[in-house]
Amino acid sequence: MMTSGMFSTWFLPGIWITIQVTVYSAALAAVVAFVIGPLRTSPYWIVRFLAGVYFEVFRGTSALVLMFWMFFALPLFGWQLVPMWAGVSALGLTYGAYGSEVVRGALAAVAPAQREAGIALSFTRTQRLRRIELPQAWPEMIPPFNNLLIELLKGTALVSVITVADMTFAGNLVRLGSNESAPIYTLLLVLYFVLAFVLTRGMRALERHARAGIGQAPEREPGIVSRWLGARKERAQAGGQAAGGIG
Amino acid sequence: MSADNKPTKETANPAADGSELIRFDGVTKRFGSNVVLDHMDFTVSSGKHVTLIGPSGSGKTTILRLLMTLLKPDEGTIKVAGDYLTHEERNGKLVPAGEKHVREVRKKIGMVFQQFNLFPNMGVLRNITEAPVHVLGLPKEEAEQRARELLEMVGLTEHIDKYPSQLSGGQQQRVAIARALAMRPQVLLLDEVTSALDPELVAGVLDVLRDIAHTTDITMLCVTHEMNFARDISDDVLMFDSGRVIESGSPEKIFSEPEHERTREFLSAVR
Amino acid sequence: MNDWDWSNVDKFMPHFWDGLAVTLQALLLGSLIAFSLGLVWAIAQRSHVVWVRWPVTAVTEFIRNTPLLVQLFFLFYVVPEWGPEFSPLTTGIIGLGLHYSTYTAEVYRAGINGVPDGQWEAAIALNLPKRRTWTSVILPQAIRRVIPALGNYVVSMLKDSPMIAVIGAFEMLGEAQQYSNVTFTTEAITVVGVAFIVIAYPASLLIRLLERRLVR
Repeated sequence: MMTSGMFSTWFLPGIWITIQVTVYSAALAAVVAFVIGPLRTSPYWIVRFLAGVYFEVFRGTSALVLMFWMFFALPLFGWQLVPMWAGVSALGLTYGAYGSEVVRGALAAVAPAQREAGIALSFTRTQRLRRIELPQAWPEMIPPFNNLLIELLKGTALVSVITVADMTFAGNLVRLGSNESAPIYTLLLVLYFVLAFVLTRGMRALERHARAGIGQAPEREPGIVSRWLGARKERAQAGGQAAGGIG
Repeated sequence: MSADNKPTKETANPAADGSELIRFDGVTKRFGSNVVLDHMDFTVSSGKHVTLIGPSGSGKTTILRLLMTLLKPDEGTIKVAGDYLTHEERNGKLVPAGEKHVREVRKKIGMVFQQFNLFPNMGVLRNITEAPVHVLGLPKEEAEQRARELLEMVGLTEHIDKYPSQLSGGQQQRVAIARALAMRPQVLLLDEVTSALDPELVAGVLDVLRDIAHTTDITMLCVTHEMNFARDISDDVLMFDSGRVIESGSPEKIFSEPEHERTREFLSAVR
Repeated sequence: MNDWDWSNVDKFMPHFWDGLAVTLQALLLGSLIAFSLGLVWAIAQRSHVVWVRWPVTAVTEFIRNTPLLVQLFFLFYVVPEWGPEFSPLTTGIIGLGLHYSTYTAEVYRAGINGVPDGQWEAAIALNLPKRRTWTSVILPQAIRRVIPALGNYVVSMLKDSPMIAVIGAFEMLGEAQQYSNVTFTTEAITVVGVAFIVIAYPASLLIRLLERRLVR
């Protein structure tokens, strides 16, 4: 069996690194999503075009290849990135592109009448976006964002390939040391599943809060199982266009 | 309603003096091959209450949407209080107006929509204060004071902290009226404001509008199917058919002795 | 060092084509597994037998919510302890197919749920056997609708395929990495990065076209 020494020396810090990478990449992805998403609805074709190019390029890129490229190629252009930041940048830029599609889609789903009401009150385009369209679109974004967040969490395992000491890296290291692969990888999978479950619960709470915040009655609260299962319907829909599994 | 919360009392906009406020010159609007407005000319003097009637698809709602710049005319020009709405004069030439010019002119116009279009993400108070604060730059306290007066006028003071989804359609529409008036427009556009309401809620909204019509000098442009209401508040009634005004005059004349055959048919159909 | 050297590209290209062949092979076989296994999951999840429905739901949920990379390690290092040992490429193909079958299962499920109830009722009214109902009534209608969504997952799988390099299956990224490590150059990785975009973008366009054709 895995000794407790190895567990506390490698696994526990590895969990912490995984959480950090998830949080930092999610923050970067959120910034990218909320910048690129609205730009893709800009009235100026050149802005729309450039934002669209960003989306297509990063959607077409494999996160792992991008990570490798940032880790190995960028230093030769004089950009030395700490491995963790190479990983965070690659994940953040890629998932930000998917997130921008979620933002764009949710903005497009805001009733046109709301835009008209904003025009009738002489709001500028930016004011309409900030005060009317984004706040209304926000609760609609949360379920697809949840799916992306789970994909991102799974994607963080890739940083182990560029020597960042996350959970997966720790697992590989412990396997080399102990030759006990079954318990190690089983534990690793369970840990990821638990983290994913916690994230989903957190996002559900956020969604309820957001819906209450715009005056929509909170949805009836289903049981744990059906709630967990209920998240899957949205995944299948969002999965098609925006949140294609990148696990 | 008491005399001192008339919404136009301390308005920054000039009081109604009977001068020409809205002018359409040869305005044409097409959707594909369908001509919705056909070289429309008409004017509205300030302080007047004008009702547009006619069968659906006859172009009356298009007039309001053109004024609100939700649509752009294919031909012709529109002037509001002497300024071109969708055009600008530059070096003596008329060119399509920039966003800034449009917004400046549009501030003189308020609109109430058929479907209310309240912002569901804001409470009642913020629905009313949002534009005065962020478009007109009013201090928050002043905007809230103004909102409270307007809410009292439309009889919804006790609902000030609710969200639109917690109100009935009639209440939402009255909030929408208050929201439009909070911008102190010179012209109020009313687009079938009772059509989406359950029958028992219509009277409350019409009472509020009657009040505004009779106690203020705001100019009103109203599309409605409520003929009694139209007779009540209008100075002029315009009968639309197929993108043209086929008959106009005082409500007494239009409703009691219409000249045009189409008008007679229409009126007997809606009664 | 930071000058782009085309000669490195030239020298890498033979390896690139080898890698591309492996990538496409993994993608094709992985998709076949994902498409067929996903359909099995989807139908099992509709089963009236709780001891079928529930474990299948739990297992697919678990696989979908954990990283493919760790699953590949599991398949490569743990499974041979109990059972058969496969080559890195075969392990990679099974891993990709199994992981993505949990996504395609959701796609099929949505497609099956989208078939109107009246179709089931009509099948019952005609006294069609269960199997016949599925194969000639429900699935043909459901699958037509979900083809674009399945296609999107093929593109996702393409982008995940470099992961099988970590267990030693030399697809594009593996070839590039090896070349780079030997020559201390980076052109190979850049070429592979561009190759992914060059393959994925037209593929997404094609799927969007299919979407317009098939889904209405």
